[in-house]
Amino acid sequence: MRDVKVVASSGDLMIAEAFRQIDPDVVAAYPITPQTIIVERFAKFVADGLVHTEYVQVESEHSAMSATIGASAAGARAATATASQGLAFMWEELHVASGMRLPIVMANANRALSAPINIHGDHSDAMGSRDTGWIMLFAENAQEAYDNTILAFKIAEHPEVRLPVMSCLDGFVTSHALERCEINDDQDVKDFVGPNKPQNALLDTDNPVSHGMFANLGNVYMEVKYAERLAMENSLPIIKNIGDEWEQVCGRPFAPINTFGLEDAEKVVVIIGSAAGNFRAKARELRAQGEKVGVIGVRLFRPFPYQELAEALSKAKAVAVLDRADSFGSREAPLCLEVKSALYDAENRPLVRNYVYGLGGADVTMELCQKVFEDLDDLMNNKKPAREVSYVGGRSKE
Amino acid sequence: MQGLVEIRWHARAGQGAVTASQLIAETALEEGKFMQSMPEYGPERTGAPLRAYTRVSDEPIEIHNNVTHPDIVIILDDTLIELTDVLEGIKPNGKILVNTRLCKEDMEEKLGCSEGIEVAVVPATDIALDTIGRDIPNAPIAGALSKFTELISLDNLLDHVERSFSEKFSQQVVQGNLESIQMAYEDVSY
Repeated sequence: MRDVKVVASSGDLMIAEAFRQIDPDVVAAYPITPQTIIVERFAKFVADGLVHTEYVQVESEHSAMSATIGASAAGARAATATASQGLAFMWEELHVASGMRLPIVMANANRALSAPINIHGDHSDAMGSRDTGWIMLFAENAQEAYDNTILAFKIAEHPEVRLPVMSCLDGFVTSHALERCEINDDQDVKDFVGPNKPQNALLDTDNPVSHGMFANLGNVYMEVKYAERLAMENSLPIIKNIGDEWEQVCGRPFAPINTFGLEDAEKVVVIIGSAAGNFRAKARELRAQGEKVGVIGVRLFRPFPYQELAEALSKAKAVAVLDRADSFGSREAPLCLEVKSALYDAENRPLVRNYVYGLGGADVTMELCQKVFEDLDDLMNNKKPAREVSYVGGRSKE
Repeated sequence: MQGLVEIRWHARAGQGAVTASQLIAETALEEGKFMQSMPEYGPERTGAPLRAYTRVSDEPIEIHNNVTHPDIVIILDDTLIELTDVLEGIKPNGKILVNTRLCKEDMEEKLGCSEGIEVAVVPATDIALDTIGRDIPNAPIAGALSKFTELISLDNLLDHVERSFSEKFSQQVVQGNLESIQMAYEDVSY
């Protein structure tokens, strides 16, 4: 391993650094808060001649994804970034990217969706796109945003995966806050990701192919979709291997789920993103008082690591699943649906309670974390019904 | 100061509180600490009240939320004291640093804080006007903080500001900021 730079940086800036080091052939993007810093900083790298990237300034997110799809289908290594309404505006194109099996990488600085208008962080945008066929990684902090983005290129381009990857980070909390971060050596990152090896490139005129053709008869469409399902399912062990390879380079471990205290925890919180650390800090405090509590931070949401999650919860008695998005009309919010699905076939099926928290950037206080762990006591003693979603952490005093 | 130190900033947009929070955090990082620096983002209008937060620790910082129980409160505009509860959640032995022309005793009375809380005052706006020529009291308040709390050393702060400001500003502006830090370090009273 070559030199590692320790810097004060934000999630957005760290993703821009990862893009610079990987030097994609094409980046097409449209600015939207809280993602803007990524493409703003990357545009500077382009202007300063630090990358060879063709930077396409498009007029909307729909065009950003369209241009990225075109570039990727042509054989280029292509990337973009967005958030919130921007991701929503890309929606139909997201399916095109995955259906054409294009290894596009997109950073998404998770932000609430309108209405009412709100620029702050929650997972409504990403959760709305969870069935679009993209691999989805979520960062807990700026460092993971960097690491996930580097992993994303290698995962997407793996010949047995060939799926687009979304690298998500919590808006403002992770995208804008400065933290202590490590940036690996440029050459180490380039060597790890390796050169772009296009498959079925449209610009490979010696081997002409068509992409995204009419598949209206003979159930070909079914076959293509089944292949997508298999590719997504089979990507899990590949993702883990690539994460292990990156750990060999940088020393920072990767796992689909980050676990804490699970060796003996009876009360467990399952959560995605930056607030996992808040619950871990609270769990540390409670464990010091002898309480058997634990925390699972989900880093890989698609494909969902069902087996890993069920194994991690094999000793749990009461589980709180915290969602930073809701699914209206569903009994539970998106993460809870996955957790319960993981537990259905498991031998140990703990009681599960679902919370929706932090919508539109609502602060995740230590008091909120305390309350959730206390609720799990009640749940274990059957004092509270498990089948209801609670909204926690509402309006602050000011 | 040892362990996790949490700072809450009260300022008006345009005073440079976000930069000040970053200066403290970046200097602490260069001293081998772990850090966080984050503003509370709202509609960004010059003069609007804003909060920002800084965390400094010897250990990795895993929490990501607003500072609700600060060890240190920094007030960059003393007219905010009437508008917002600047003392909200402050630790019983907390410290408050105020940019004001008032003397320490008058500020203590104005704040009405309980015993155990230590108050420091510095005329950072006047210092900024004298040295930088503009009402941006962020660099001097960082100098005052260094003296008042010893969270970061003066030499490391000056060194950091000289390097980071030189990338963006003229030599005259950089020298003005360095002078303002030095002057506030000497002028802060507590």
